[in-house]
Formats: sequence, structure tokens, C-alpha cells
Amino acid sequence: MQKNPQTIAQKILAAHCGRDHVGQGEIINAEVDIVLGNDITMPLAIKEFKKIGVDRVFDKDKIVIIPDHFTPNKDIQSAQQCKAVREFASEFKIKNYFEVGRMGIEHALLPEQGLVVAGDLIIGADSHTCTYGALGAASTGVGSTDLAVAMATGKLWFRVPSSIKFEFKNNLKPWITGKDLILYTIGMIGVDGALYKSMEFTGAAIDRLSMDSRFTMSNMAIEAGGKFGIIEVDEITETYLKGRAQRPYKVYSSDPGAEYDQVFEIDCSQIDLQVSVPHLPSNAKPAAQLSDITIDQVVIGSCTNGRMEDLEVAAKIIEGKKVKEGLRVIIIPATQNIYLEAMKRGYLKIFVEAGCVVSTPTCGPCLGGHMGILAQGERALSTTNRNFVGRMGHPSSEVYLCGPAVAAASALTGKISIPGEGAR
Amino acid sequence: MIIKDKAIKYGNNVDTDVIIPARHLTSTEESELAMHCFEDLDKDFKKKLAWGKIVVAGANFGCGSSREHAPIAIKASGVRLVIASSFARIFFRNAINIGLPLVQSEEAAQNIMQGDELEADLGGGTIKNLTRGKVYRINPLPDFIQGVIKSGGYIEFIKKELGK
Ligand code: SF4
Repeated sequence: MQKNPQTIAQKILAAHCGRDHVGQGEIINAEVDIVLGNDITMPLAIKEFKKIGVDRVFDKDKIVIIPDHFTPNKDIQSAQQCKAVREFASEFKIKNYFEVGRMGIEHALLPEQGLVVAGDLIIGADSHTCTYGALGAASTGVGSTDLAVAMATGKLWFRVPSSIKFEFKNNLKPWITGKDLILYTIGMIGVDGALYKSMEFTGAAIDRLSMDSRFTMSNMAIEAGGKFGIIEVDEITETYLKGRAQRPYKVYSSDPGAEYDQVFEIDCSQIDLQVSVPHLPSNAKPAAQLSDITIDQVVIGSCTNGRMEDLEVAAKIIEGKKVKEGLRVIIIPATQNIYLEAMKRGYLKIFVEAGCVVSTPTCGPCLGGHMGILAQGERALSTTNRNFVGRMGHPSSEVYLCGPAVAAASALTGKISIPGEGAR
Repeated sequence: MIIKDKAIKYGNNVDTDVIIPARHLTSTEESELAMHCFEDLDKDFKKKLAWGKIVVAGANFGCGSSREHAPIAIKASGVRLVIASSFARIFFRNAINIGLPLVQSEEAAQNIMQGDELEADLGGGTIKNLTRGKVYRINPLPDFIQGVIKSGGYIEFIKKELGK
């Protein structure tokens, strides 16, 4: 066995502070590969950046700015914020500023554009920055002050996390996607079950999981309090990176004998389609047990489930049918490329003919921004990631979380439903 | 630093959406954010501020979004200290970075009741509960983080480092 075995999280952090080894719990100062901001976190970061008193950013090509939350601008105030962000991007010649029309939801867009790659250390002023862990990167959310400091210096302090390993074994039941696996996992360990820790997703079921489903899983690591949600690079990752990675990437893996706080074995053959009931993502239950719950709105979208696989699952279930009368069904492809591809494949036609709304890419209703806010007492079933009090609108409204199959099946019935057994 | 004030108590998993709902994130003004602090959690929060300025909560305080607006809203409301069993990591970073004092102590968080009068000595590592006659020991923060706090936040710390 190797001396000083390390987890993948330790190795990536060590590599970014010029060392061979870092210890769990240690505080280090490390160089970051990509720094991300959006229309909500950038305005505060700009204020802080100006206070530092530097007249340039550390590297204009390593900063990514995406106005995706309240865009296309939902009101005058959000328009002001986006204007300030746009002007900052132009002043500092930020190459990767994505204007409305090219913009997509950040955590779908960065991987798609090849801006984030395996082996990277990435910070973003958005909690779901952990999404890129699916590419074998160490990637985590920070706040606006951290964003400002990273834009100025290219460096940030990190506490090296300890890790929890999740081994997903056996085959998935029909219609199960990454969303069901991660809701189940959060249900098992709780919303603080991985607080400050790196979650590692491994096992035969992960090896067979699509890239889109992997992104969904890493995306929600934060919903268990996790710092990273890492999946090691394999052929599926490399196929995805090929032709899109804008930089050479590095493959790291955890050493045999690396130290884990906990190791969970999860038998996927026992996992049913999941729904997390209000008001915590950890309130996961089999969807089949919730068939009495009626809904007012369905949302299929977000950085969690607005990718091609999600639209494909939804289109298969909705094709040729009509959404339940009185129900609002909102579908939001996460990026322009996904939108275009869904158009080519005829999915958008299926959705519109069924009576769904199809929106331009935006975070929109996911955070109660716009494009589908809930009224008092209303209930939504949503493929997004948070069901906190008031998340999608009125404080008395409710959000139930699920994957694309349950969302689409429920769109047809107006109640929480699972799709028929039909082959995928 | 000694902080003497009364406790306002909340439960587990106080998330950033109830600390400052997204509908108010179209502003970065401290006063504006303070006005809406905790409004979806506790309509009486502002009234309570008249008698207490230490927030005490359970596990995973500040979970959810990375919005720094959350600790800013709390600090700008006049809250002087947050004590919790545990903090969500991004919230923890953000609070340190902007200079909102935090104490993580399960014992204190569980023991302290709404309205208790507290005297927190962060340097000395103790919280006295004057109402209940109890003393809770608190673990010192790592040196690096103490350095950030002493500088008055991360921006001031970095300015010093860069010689600005
Ligand atoms: S889609 Fe939702 S969770 Fe994802 S970045 Fe946007 S607001 Fe955040």
C-alpha cells in the first residue's frame, strides 16, 4: 500500500497548492482554475472587489460570468444588477461572459462549453458549483467576498475536507435517474449528513450512469451539506470531455487505503422513484406512496434537471398526450444548445402540443425569481433541488422535488404519479 | 471581544431562503436586506430585536444558497452574534468574511432558551448564561480564521497581504 494514501479531494487540493500531500482538516491557500459569478452574487462581489483596490483581475480568461437567475431581466432592479455585471465584464475584458441569447443556467453551461475539466479546482459564488464534481473536479460554492478575492488574486483559502464514500451497487429500476439516487442518499444521511465533507460517488451503478445523471447527483451534494460531490473520471467522462474541453485535463483517483469518515453501500435495486416532500430535500419518500397529493404546477428544468436526458425522459412520457386541465407545466431547457437539440428532436413540439410552457434558459422559478411563482397555498412538483419554505414563491406555498419521470407522469394526471412500466 | 445580550432562539436547518428570500436579492443595500431578514421564518423578528441581539439556533444554520446577502442581512439587522450547533459551510465562510461573529457549540445551542441573557467572551472561549448560571466552553477557531476576523474581514485581510 502507498504511503500517505489520499482521497481524490486531497490530491486535487494538494496539486493546487504545489504540494504532494495535504492533510484532512488542514487550512491551505490554493490556486483556482475557474472562478464563477452570476447576476445575484456578482453585484456584491463587484463592491468588494473595488474595495481591494487592484486595477485588474488575476486572469480575464479564468473568470466566468453568467447572468442566469433573474434573466431575461425580470424587473427594473434586476436589470440594474445585470447592467452593472455586464459593465464589469466589459471593463475587465472577461472573455467568458455569456449574454442572454448565449446564456444558459451556469452549472449546465460551464461543462457543456468545456470551461471546467477533470482535475480542476473551481470556485463559484453559487452553492451548486459542486456540480462539476461529476467531471472529476474539486468544485465548490462560496460567497461574494470569496469571489471578489479570487477574482483579484486567483487564490483562496480552503479547509481540506474529510470524505464520505457512497458505493451504489446493482441495477437501477425502470425510469430511475441520478435524481432518485441523490434524493434517496440525502434522505438517508440528512441535510447536514455530509457537512464540510467531500462526497464520493462510486460503484457499478455509477459506472453505468449517464453524464447528465452524474451532474444531477454532484449538483445536489450541497443539499447534504457537502463541499464537493466527486465522481472519478472514466470512459463516460472522457467521451464527454473529448471535443469540448478547452484545456488539457488531469485524472485523479483516490488511493486504496485513503481515509474515509464513512462508507455507505447502497443497493440500487431497492430504490424506487423518489419525491422529497416539503420543506427539506432530505424528506425523500417513494413517489408511489404520495399518489393522493394534488399539484398546481410542474417545473422541469434547473441546473439539476434541465439537461437533455431530462427532456428526453419527459418527452417520452408526455408524447401524444395532454397535460391535466388546470395544471401549469413549465419546461425550461438549461442551455441554448439543449434548447436547440430538443427542438431538433421534436421534444419542444411534443411539449407545446401537450399544453406545456417552454421557456428560454433561466433559473426562473427554481429560486422563486420569475417564470412561475407560486401563490398562497399552491403546490408545485419540481425537478429543482430545494423545497425550503417560500423557495418558489409565497411562504405558504409548497415544493415537492422529483426527477423528470415523476414530473412528466404527474403533468398528465395533476397528482403525484409514476410512469407506466413501459421500457425507456 | 465581549458581547452581552439576550437570545432569540430558532430551530434546526434555518436556510438562506428564510434568512433572506430570493425576491429581495435584487438589492445589495444593507438596510434593504436587513428590512427583510428572517421575514419568512418569524414575522416578529424585528420586535424581538428590541430586547435581544444574539441569535441562537440548532444544526446546519444557513444551509442552502451561497448568497452573502444572508449574513449581511443578519449583521445589518443589528444581530451581534450567532450561536448554533453547526453551520452550513458556505454561510460560515461568508459570515467570517464579512465579520459577523459566529460560535459553534452544540451544548450552548441546546441549553440556551429564548430570552436568556448571555455574555460571550470570544477571545476567552466562554459563553456565560447569566439567566441560568451556566458557562459553556467554546473551541477556538483555527489561527488563520482568527486572523481574518482580527483584520475585520477577508477584504481587509487580503488588502494587508497585497500591501494595499
Ligand atoms: S437553477 Fe436554481 S439551484 Fe440552479 S443555479 Fe439557478 S437558482 Fe440556483
